Amino acid sequence: MRTRALVKRIIRQFIRDKRTLAMMFLAPLLILTLVNLVFSGNDYDPEIAVISNSEQIASQLEKADNSFIVYENKKRAAEDLENEKLDAIVEINSPSTKITLEGSNPTANKAVMMTVEKTLKSLTPQNHQQSSMETEIDYLHGSADMESFDYIGPFLIGFFIFFFVFLIAGVSFLRERTTGTLERLLATPMRRWEMVAGYVLGFGIFTIIQSAIIVSFSIYVLDIMMAGSIWFVILITLMLAVTALSLGTLLSAFAKNELQMIQFIPLVVVPQVFFSGLFNIETMADWLQPLSYLMPLTYGGQAIRDVMIQGGGWSEIYDEVLVLAGFSLLFMVLNVLALKKHRKL
Amino acid sequence: MTSVIQVFDVSKNYSSQRVLENISLNVKKNEIYGLLGPSGAGKTTLVKMIAGIETPTKGSIEVLDTPMPNLQNMTRIGFMAQSDALYVELSGHENLEFFASIYGLKGTKQKERIEHAASLVNLTEFLKKPVQQYSGGMKRRLSLAAALLHEPEILILDEPTVGIDPVLRQSIWNELYKLSDAGTTILVTTHVMDEAEKCGQLGMLRDGRLIASGSPQQLKESTASATIEDAFLYYGGVRNEN
Repeated sequence: MRTRALVKRIIRQFIRDKRTLAMMFLAPLLILTLVNLVFSGNDYDPEIAVISNSEQIASQLEKADNSFIVYENKKRAAEDLENEKLDAIVEINSPSTKITLEGSNPTANKAVMMTVEKTLKSLTPQNHQQSSMETEIDYLHGSADMESFDYIGPFLIGFFIFFFVFLIAGVSFLRERTTGTLERLLATPMRRWEMVAGYVLGFGIFTIIQSAIIVSFSIYVLDIMMAGSIWFVILITLMLAVTALSLGTLLSAFAKNELQMIQFIPLVVVPQVFFSGLFNIETMADWLQPLSYLMPLTYGGQAIRDVMIQGGGWSEIYDEVLVLAGFSLLFMVLNVLALKKHRKL
Repeated sequence: MTSVIQVFDVSKNYSSQRVLENISLNVKKNEIYGLLGPSGAGKTTLVKMIAGIETPTKGSIEVLDTPMPNLQNMTRIGFMAQSDALYVELSGHENLEFFASIYGLKGTKQKERIEHAASLVNLTEFLKKPVQQYSGGMKRRLSLAAALLHEPEILILDEPTVGIDPVLRQSIWNELYKLSDAGTTILVTTHVMDEAEKCGQLGMLRDGRLIASGSPQQLKESTASATIEDAFLYYGGVRNEN
């Protein structure tokens, strides 16, 4: 009842604030479009399995470039490829060569093709039969015409939703405190959890609309690769938005004004970009890598990628969705506790 | 007559700073009790504790025979904060609707109460306007209306008449008298000395201490002062000499 009153009020306030609505719905579209236009690739060290009926060729490859790892067992290689431990499998059964790429990441694809080409060329003087080889290329996921944006796009969708919802929800909740209305609410019998629930539900309604708009825009206008179901993507982005929403309202308790809320961006939002998988985590220092487990965006970004690029369904994403739900619940509980600062009951 | 607000030896610290020291007071049913003191005296802190928002560091507070803070009790208290705690994007009506729903008023009852509270503060014709376009005085009146919606037995008003023109101030006071006659107990803070004369009982607050209490008449007579201001100076001065 009281929560419903709060939800209704938030919806009304939001609709009056056209500019914030625009920031939530249109700004991510603008930025995604820009990134789509300007994006360029980066360096990448691929992992390539070598399977060959000739042990000599296999060990030569392994010596020539440390990207290559000799696998005896074709099935194990295929499994590792599926689990993204490998970027590609090269099968050399002369006279034919078959390359199977994992395919999700265009940067990795390019790096694999370059490494294989370069290594085979360097081996040619010693081994003439290779030049006459026919090469067959297969993709496990994606395809040869996949662009870099197809790989980073799913991640950016998650990121921008996270960023804008975090900021808008945080500032709104903060304003409730600075304008004195929080104190006014605390003079009513409204419980702290009712207040937090009202905020999550009220903003949640807008984040559903936001998720739907951004995801549809990316797929139908920016023509980003979409292998799975759009509903799964919307579900994941929604979970990510609720996480951002609960985190934003929680952190606003520790900000005195809007500027201090903005100061949380470099502390909370920016690290997510670096540690959540947009950049390759494997190339970072070992002690830094576990940080990625603390970032909600790691789970959101991974799940969106699973659906959009690899066509994954519920069985691929449910664990990430559950982790995000867990984050949201944790932040909400902490927020109920943080409100104790303002009223003990 | 029974006491509906009882404050027992209450002190309040914010970190190491002492804001209120050993305050005890009683407010009887139907009374209009005024807390008089300059800004910084601790008036707001005291009424917030009585309203159940803050908790005392030492001592205890009972409202309607129930120790505060207590959520059930809060439905029986109306609170008007010092700042206009309103949602400026919303219309006056939407603000009242929100607060009414929080107190569990719905349907025709809600409509009736909103109409009644709005007419009390002369805002009926402005209810459709967004609060953004309200003047300072109109916002104060809307805050007052919001505090009256659920027909509280106890009304706590923190500086209700700041920035309100004298004519309107008079009409608000008339309203408070009417509410008091109808059985509402009113606790009001003010730093305006002449406004204090309008209260039935007064508590004088200075530097976190209650320096005197009684009816305005008693306070003036016992200090042989012509005005409340003189009486305040007298009590404030006595404490300084000690």
